[in-house]
Amino acid sequence: MAEAQKDLDRAELDPIERRPALIEGNPEFHDITEAVARPLEWKPPLGWYLFLAFSLSLLGLLGIALGWLVWEGTGIWGNNVPVAWGWPIVNFVFWVGIGHAGTLISAVLFLFRQRWRTSINRTAEAMTLFAVACALIFPAIHTGRPWLDYWMMPIPNQMSLWPQFRSPLMWDVFAVNIYGTVSLIFWYLGLIPDLATMRDRSTTKLRQTLYGIFSLGWRGSHRQWLHYERAYLLLAGLATPLVLSVHSVVSFDFATSQLPGWHTTIFPPYFVAGAIFSGLAMVITLMVICRVVFKMEHIVNMLHFDRMAKLILATGTIVGYAYATEFFVAWYSGNIYEYFTFRNRALGPFAWAYWTMITCNVIIPQVFWFKAARRSIPVLFIISIFVNIGMWFERFVIVVTSLHRDFMPSSWDYFTPTFWDIATFLGSFGLFFTLFTLFVRFVPMVAIAEVKGVLPQAHVHHHNPIVHGPASAGGSHDH
Amino acid sequence: MKPYGILAEFANPDTLWQACERVRDSGFTHWDAHTPFPIHGLERAMGLKRSWVSLVVLTLGLGGAAAGMGLQWWASTQAYPLVVSGKPMFSWPAFVPIMFECGVLGGAMGAFFGFLGLSRLPQHNHPLFNSTRFEGFSDDRFFISIEAEDPNFDREGTESLLRQAGAQYIEMVEA
Repeated sequence: MAEAQKDLDRAELDPIERRPALIEGNPEFHDITEAVARPLEWKPPLGWYLFLAFSLSLLGLLGIALGWLVWEGTGIWGNNVPVAWGWPIVNFVFWVGIGHAGTLISAVLFLFRQRWRTSINRTAEAMTLFAVACALIFPAIHTGRPWLDYWMMPIPNQMSLWPQFRSPLMWDVFAVNIYGTVSLIFWYLGLIPDLATMRDRSTTKLRQTLYGIFSLGWRGSHRQWLHYERAYLLLAGLATPLVLSVHSVVSFDFATSQLPGWHTTIFPPYFVAGAIFSGLAMVITLMVICRVVFKMEHIVNMLHFDRMAKLILATGTIVGYAYATEFFVAWYSGNIYEYFTFRNRALGPFAWAYWTMITCNVIIPQVFWFKAARRSIPVLFIISIFVNIGMWFERFVIVVTSLHRDFMPSSWDYFTPTFWDIATFLGSFGLFFTLFTLFVRFVPMVAIAEVKGVLPQAHVHHHNPIVHGPASAGGSHDH
Repeated sequence: MKPYGILAEFANPDTLWQACERVRDSGFTHWDAHTPFPIHGLERAMGLKRSWVSLVVLTLGLGGAAAGMGLQWWASTQAYPLVVSGKPMFSWPAFVPIMFECGVLGGAMGAFFGFLGLSRLPQHNHPLFNSTRFEGFSDDRFFISIEAEDPNFDREGTESLLRQAGAQYIEMVEA
């Protein structure tokens, strides 16, 4: 108790709420505009060009890998019976999962009135969009015939065929595409006021025209803010069940099959928790670097990392609980096939992958019980990388270990990825990093208007404390 | 030439709030407040009604869900009836996920385009942008604009009202 009180005394307090200030250094509104707009207006550091070159090289690798795939066919991958679903689906689920943290931070934390989200929501939403773009590559190419992708669309065609809507794979087509679209709308709606800020600061005709077009003529009028805020709230309300549904639908791809190891009812909540877990780790990985490169340490500060680390701890522990439940059910159900699959996961040929997953996802994040770890940049960075690795392995374990031991022992085999599996996966990081590198250069990476709104001086009555209390009619405000 | 109206700048959200209450109580209708970030509840100080965007979202959300279910019904029973696992042609529980997703898509479209429509955006230009000082609204300045269109508008009277309300800068904006 005394310790907590001392902690509170030391922190910079918000003068109205008597809680630690969300943004350090007590900045003015203009300071926020300057801090966020600077990286877009100044010549970027050398490191930015080097990183862009690195990302573009990886993107080139993706181009080569996909070109070779189209030329040669899916035989270039390690997929083969019994492991017919190999790295493409592993990578798809990995990227879609990462794409869940953006909407969690933007929508769910918005509905829960977690105002610390304002410093990180823009970057997290952008990360979501780019991760969904990476994810969509894999279903689009996994047949090796991407020119036939229109077969998944419910459109009249020359074959008079229609998609099979009872299939979870079709649900997935709708869920992921709609998730991408709604995330884009949400991101862009939040961007409009900030693009107007960039427009009004522009010094060149080109910038003024481009930011002018994309800010749609915004003039910050309260008659517009009124509709804007209502639309934003409703979008958050729609995106929250959407984000829960999308990874549930992804898990149905597995859960509705009859394969031991996949056919379980725990999959939807377990997948959703894992998705948020992995996405938060990616947000930390990116923010740790960006805040230093673009000098935003006071906007994205230890308070934000501390809270993200707590969310990682919470979701990571849910994931660990799900792993334990799967094993318990495999034993308790008395189903010998289910029990064999799980024993084989932990002790069989892929035990190395299973224990990598357990170490990265369940054991290592426990470090976040300690406050010093939650507030140490090197620890945060290293653990976030471990979580990213662990969550990739989770999907690998689910897909490969469940498939490689078929009901018929004569079909048993060991799965090995090929060079092209690895090249396609690394190449997808090229797409992700290229988009992200361009994003931090051309789009405000922190929500300027929202951060201003959480500064103490944004509160009505901050400047004139005498009118506090119920006497100030019409002056009450709701947050 | 008739001006567009009058633009008044206020020091902070607090004075803006009080000025809005005075402008509201003086019976103006063609006026607005311009701020770098949304000031929650300012619509009460301005006497604005709640936004209709919710209704657009509800309509398009339900419409999207109906269209999603309708599409699946039509494809599975009319366009391409195919017995799968001995299920009925219209096995609606299997169609719920896509119906839900389509409903969310409709609602999100409703929120975005409803916001644009009700805010009259995108707009190519606006007379307020004739004022260079107005550009500060997206940085750290707080404005009230009152249009010359307003029946209560009279140049001197409106200006002195805004000054009394605490305006620190006043400008006539060209139309």
